[in-house]
Amino acid sequence: MASRRVLPIAFSLLMSVPLWAQGPTYGIGRTPPAEEIRARDISIGPTGEELPPGKGSAKEGALVYRSKGCAGCHGVNGIGGTAPILKSKDPDNPDVWARGRILPLRAPFATTVWDYINRGMPLNREGTLTPDEVYGLTAYLLFINAVIPEDQVLDQKNLAAVKMPLGDNYAPLPEWKPRTPRLKGYPY
Amino acid sequence: MREKRSARREFLRNSAALAGGFTLSTAAPALGQQAPAQPPMIKGERQGEIAYGARSKYVTSARIPHGGRATPDNFGLTFHVATPLQDQVGVITPTSLHYYATTRGSYLPDIDPAKHTLMIHGLVDRPLTFTVDDLKRLPSVTRLHFIECAGNRASRRAKNVQETHGMTSNAEWTGVLLSTMLKECGVKGSAKWFVAEGAEEVKGASSMPVAKAMDDCFVAYGMNGEAVRPQNGFPLRLMVPGFEGILHTKWVQRIKLVDRYYMNYNDFGHLDQDKNDAALSYQIGPKSVITYPSGEQRLPGKGFYEIRGLAWSGGGAIKQVEVSTDGGKKWNKAQFQGTPQRMAHCLFTYGWQWDGSETEIMSRCVDEIGQAQPTREQIAKHWNKTFDQTFSVPGLDNSVQPWKIAKDGSVTNGFA
Repeated sequence: MASRRVLPIAFSLLMSVPLWAQGPTYGIGRTPPAEEIRARDISIGPTGEELPPGKGSAKEGALVYRSKGCAGCHGVNGIGGTAPILKSKDPDNPDVWARGRILPLRAPFATTVWDYINRGMPLNREGTLTPDEVYGLTAYLLFINAVIPEDQVLDQKNLAAVKMPLGDNYAPLPEWKPRTPRLKGYPY
Repeated sequence: MREKRSARREFLRNSAALAGGFTLSTAAPALGQQAPAQPPMIKGERQGEIAYGARSKYVTSARIPHGGRATPDNFGLTFHVATPLQDQVGVITPTSLHYYATTRGSYLPDIDPAKHTLMIHGLVDRPLTFTVDDLKRLPSVTRLHFIECAGNRASRRAKNVQETHGMTSNAEWTGVLLSTMLKECGVKGSAKWFVAEGAEEVKGASSMPVAKAMDDCFVAYGMNGEAVRPQNGFPLRLMVPGFEGILHTKWVQRIKLVDRYYMNYNDFGHLDQDKNDAALSYQIGPKSVITYPSGEQRLPGKGFYEIRGLAWSGGGAIKQVEVSTDGGKKWNKAQFQGTPQRMAHCLFTYGWQWDGSETEIMSRCVDEIGQAQPTREQIAKHWNKTFDQTFSVPGLDNSVQPWKIAKDGSVTNGFA
């Protein structure tokens, strides 16, 4: 009879420990040194904790924008090129979503802008920009969208603190569970 | 050696006799008909086809650039190409015809597998780097899975099923469960998401839930019985069964465990204002389409036709498919060819006698968790929107595809 009371307790104890919290089973794989992780880790999250040292202002970024050929695809001032525009054509619209799908305007975090430029630009020479150049370009693009003033210097410490116009005005993804419809209450 | 050679001679003699036998029997004319002419023979081999076979020169089924952008473009970048579903036989998409997409237009990475590694790090007890050979030592899984691009949406202008639905394909994938590798690393309790990154020039990265990683994600090195091909992610591709195609990270080289949605590269593209749009743009809904008869095909006359099509869902296995041959008034249960697998295309058939009159044929499906494939009208009604030509299905479009059949047997897009 006692086991009937003990079993649920044992079960709930078991469930409170993540199932994957355990030691290695196969011992396969190499432990990467910390320097290797740092060198390969280019994912910059919203807290900016992975950002490298460096700094840049909108004025410096404007020079990089021209010297690195950004203007060739994105237009002289972020408008008028063949690549996605980088400055809103409707900057005074109170609805940020209506101002267009523009990275340095719609991104919920300034770190997203930094990560994107560092990872994917410029076309065919991805990964060649220095941290200072990426800070400068980020500052320039945020400045032309009136997110930061022209004289603000962005760096490792203050980038994540930039207040983006979208704020948290975007849809979070629902918590995903196996064998669950994609949207609760949606029959399709 | 000598024994082997004589065995081969013996085999050749026997095959020659067999071939002769066939010649004799085909030479005997069938009742009231002429014997088929002897086809020309390929002697020796054609362009290395003994080592690696090729299809008949009379079979010309091909992929096409999708969405109005050339692939490759003037810079050599490849974007989206769609699979010819109208020609597919059976449930597996041949690897050479599997749809292919890159996030913004990319060059194809030409990766030496001996130099490629997958690093798992972030919120883990033991970061680990795996070589491709390391992965092949670990316990493997082999599973049938579809991959579908979020842009797989039927427009009014689309003429055939390759244009309406060609951005989905189905293959047998072999690899190591991500959970197997994550257990080796020891995932910290604070890890809620992971970011997967590819080796293409833009290092496309996407955030996904750790719950998915622990459920059924795997890192594939095999596809349809051979190594994954470069267009499909050689040497390693992350499989995220049932989720949008873009998340199936090709050329995967790094997985980072994090505490929040990281809003990196591809995540920005997924940013939505509406929470319903966001929810409907991640796991793929139940979907089916008739591939025969379908747009631009032509029925030669009234009589019997086996209607064939594919059904799939990101929510699990397909449980039921129904076919209507009268524009959606009456629905008839279709048959499965083989057992439907979870998050995989399944093949359905329905025997039909066409009476030669104008009609509309379509299919709909239900998956194992009860999600049903809707018509566009039903979706519009659900969201309280007016159903007209401007209505756009929120999230990935999984609506019913009607095909119109004219009196002359020509088949056209029902949305046109």
